[in-house]
Amino acid sequence: MAGYRTPLGRARGLGSAKHGVGHFIAQRVSAVALIFLVLWGVDSALALSHTGYEDAVLWLRSPWHAILASLLIAVASFHMQLGMRVIIEDYIQRPSTKAALLILNLFVAGLVTAAGVFSILKVALSGGAY
Amino acid sequence: MSEGKGAGQKARPLSPHLVGGPHILFWRWHLTMACSIVHRATGVLLYLGAIVGAAWAFSLASGPDAYGDFLGLMGSPIGKLFLFGLTFSAFYHLANGVRHLAWDMGEGFEPRAADTTAAAALAFGGAATVAVWVIAALTGGI
Repeated sequence: MAGYRTPLGRARGLGSAKHGVGHFIAQRVSAVALIFLVLWGVDSALALSHTGYEDAVLWLRSPWHAILASLLIAVASFHMQLGMRVIIEDYIQRPSTKAALLILNLFVAGLVTAAGVFSILKVALSGGAY
Repeated sequence: MSEGKGAGQKARPLSPHLVGGPHILFWRWHLTMACSIVHRATGVLLYLGAIVGAAWAFSLASGPDAYGDFLGLMGSPIGKLFLFGLTFSAFYHLANGVRHLAWDMGEGFEPRAADTTAAAALAFGGAATVAVWVIAALTGGI
C-alpha cells in the first residue's frame, strides 16, 4: 500500500501542524516572567530561611506575597513542563514510554500548580491550619 | 519510528544532545556545549525544586508540625546540599536563559561572544550562589 504513495503523500500530515511555534513562544514568554519571579523567590526564601511557622504564615498573609508566590509556582510549573517535554521527546524513543512520561510530566506540573496555589490561598485567607 | 523508511527518506535529524551510544557523544567537549548540558541538568534540578516549593506551601497549610518537619528536612545536610544546588541552578539557569533570549534575537552567536557569555553565566551562577549562602549564614538562616 505504502509503495504506491508518492514521497509527498507519505509526508503529508506527519510534519508540522503549523502551530509548533506556540511551544517556542510559550517557553520564552514564561522565561521572561520567571526572571523577575525567581529573583523575588530567592530573596523571599532568604528572608524566610531564619523564621519559623508563625512568621511564615504572617508573611504569606500579605496580599503581594501570596500573589507573587502563586504566580511563581504557576509560571514555573508551566515553564518546567515545556522544558521537560522537550527532554522526553529528545531522549525517549519508544512511543509507549514517551507517551507515558509526557502524560506523567503534565500530571506533575498540574499537581504542583494546584497543590502550591491552593496551599498558598489557604494560608493567606485563613491564616494557617487552626 | 525506524520502520517504513522508503526510498528517498532519511533518518530523522537528532537533537545535538543525543548520544550515539553509551560512550559516543556527537559533540566535541567545549565550554559552550558544557553550558548547554548544564542548562538542561539545572532545569531538571529546578523541576525538583518546584515540587519542593509546592511542598513548602503544602506543609505550611498543614500546620506547625508539618512545617517543622519540612524545615527539619531542608535543614538536614542532604536538604542543605539540595538547596545549595538549587540556588546555583536558579541563578545559572536564569543567566543562561538570558543568553538564549539574546540568541533568539539573533545576538551573541559569534564564537568569542558565545564563549564569553558562557563563562559569564557560570561565573554569575557561582558568585550569586555564594553571596546568597553567605547572607543566609550571616543572618542566621543556616
